[in-house]
Amino acid sequence: MFRILESRAAVLGACWIILGLVLTSTLWAQEPPALATPAEPAAPAAALNETPPATPAVPHLAGTYDTGSIAWLLVSAALVFFMMPGLALFYGGMVRAKNLLNMFMCVMVCVPLVCVQWIAYGYNLAFAVPSAISVDAGKNDGTKFSYLGWDPGLLFFKSFSEVTPVDGANSYGKIVTSGDTTGAAPTGVPELLFAMFQMMFAIITPALIVGAIAERVKFGAWCLFVVLWATFIYDPVAHWVWNVNGWLFQKGVLDFAGGTVVHLLAGVSALALILILPKRRGYPSSQFLPHSIGWSLMGAGMLMVGWFGFNAGSAIANGKDYLPTAGAVAVMAFAATAIAGSAAGGSWILAEWLVAGKPTSLGLGSGIVAGLVVITPCAGHVSPGSALIIGLIGGVACFFAVQAKQIIKYDDSLDVVGVHGAGGALGALLVGWFAVRPVTGGGSQLSLQVQGVVATGVFAFVGTLILGLLIHKTIGFTVDESTEEEGLDVKIHGEAAYRLV
Amino acid sequence: MKKIEAVIRHHKLDELKTALVKAGFHGMTVTEVRGFGRQKGHKETYRGAEYNVDFVPKIKIEITCADAAATQIIDIIVTVARSGQVGDGKIFVSDLSQVIRIRTGETGDAAL
Repeated sequence: MFRILESRAAVLGACWIILGLVLTSTLWAQEPPALATPAEPAAPAAALNETPPATPAVPHLAGTYDTGSIAWLLVSAALVFFMMPGLALFYGGMVRAKNLLNMFMCVMVCVPLVCVQWIAYGYNLAFAVPSAISVDAGKNDGTKFSYLGWDPGLLFFKSFSEVTPVDGANSYGKIVTSGDTTGAAPTGVPELLFAMFQMMFAIITPALIVGAIAERVKFGAWCLFVVLWATFIYDPVAHWVWNVNGWLFQKGVLDFAGGTVVHLLAGVSALALILILPKRRGYPSSQFLPHSIGWSLMGAGMLMVGWFGFNAGSAIANGKDYLPTAGAVAVMAFAATAIAGSAAGGSWILAEWLVAGKPTSLGLGSGIVAGLVVITPCAGHVSPGSALIIGLIGGVACFFAVQAKQIIKYDDSLDVVGVHGAGGALGALLVGWFAVRPVTGGGSQLSLQVQGVVATGVFAFVGTLILGLLIHKTIGFTVDESTEEEGLDVKIHGEAAYRLV
Repeated sequence: MKKIEAVIRHHKLDELKTALVKAGFHGMTVTEVRGFGRQKGHKETYRGAEYNVDFVPKIKIEITCADAAATQIIDIIVTVARSGQVGDGKIFVSDLSQVIRIRTGETGDAAL
């Protein structure tokens, strides 16, 4: 049992957890003065005989609850979470049998790690409206570009649990507003639900990266990397692209559900890691074949189902023109998702059939995933016809992007760079051309998209290089030879996925 | 006593078992193996990358018998398992020094 303490990563992680628990307890220990006495209990009784005011006097309940949107967003959040076991299966089937459980672990461990980080301060950094770091936007009207948010009340979601003094309402019902450069409007959706929906995105994004460094990564180092990456890469970029004050959002860069924030970030970060970490021993001369394509196909199917929540639920994050969340734009996004994913599956296997000679089942699954990746930034912005074209292009483009691995000979175990990196970048650029709302696509929007892709891509690449080197040079990021040869399941986790008896 | 090991194609197993049982030989041990000889492997493709898989899946049957019965068993195996194509397999015959039935402790021909 004490062997766990020998891992320096585990010790660092334990210190972080203890620090977090200490911080939480000190925060909860403070009594906000407003809770001490309810204000004026006589007032509500007197108001019973009068006509209630037309608009609520309580600012945090401005607007009414849009129950349809709340219901849809609840389901969407659950659907995005469903993509986690889907991703675990998709990746798990493609590694060797001796490493299946480790793949599952590296993906699913993002759930506890990022959930705690998100509630502690991650949501704060990304979506707090008050800005921590901002510069003047140069528009001479006082608007600022924000790079990071900070609201002390959001630490450990403290403000979601407070009872407001005026009417005794709980603030977890407080409605979030969705804004853009033309104004803001209440969404009708409680902010806590928005925070939970976004948490699912924050959880799955680092999980995408581990596919590139599969079968050779140290578990403790991976856990540390996930927390650091979520803090220093994901949260700032989510702020830039999806926060009302974020600088890319304000510039007008379009990213409906995460082409840059999720897929490009994961793909580019994966590239940074595979450039600094050693390849799997024996690559490329030894052949590492997928041990269970059945698992991967099951996972791809689960991913597609979950993606409907991923894209169609994202109407909430895109500004006041996208409301209600369960409305016309969500329907557009749903349609685009279904069409592009399906089309890309077909175009990938067609390309494969012509180039490699045989259409493969893994190719169909990968093609569908690639199409879904490419449509992610476009989903609520493009017409169904454009989604078809985008899907067809995406399938073929990602197929060829994956072939690049054999030319450049980097060890991207599960093609994260080819599918998520290339697909995310492609989608983020295509939306600049094909967008029909809120702006029409064309040269100027395309150049904005290029700025967005370059900004997020370079930031993620450089940032991940630094984080990766930091971890690799201190505690080591990859396992030693005997662990890699015997299998990570048995050596790291003490488990075997398959038994003869 | 002889031990006969035969490496044969997968789909020949059922037919062979039926033929041997019909001829009066009621026991055998079967394992799934991989191997290659003159029969080459095949190519598999994953995401456009080609892999040469040299090992071919086969079935290995092990039967023990009295010296006199060996020829009959070999004839049955050859008749059933031969297709004429490369990859039909091989039969290995070796001498057994001892056979023991665990339940009763019988040895020798009584244990076969």
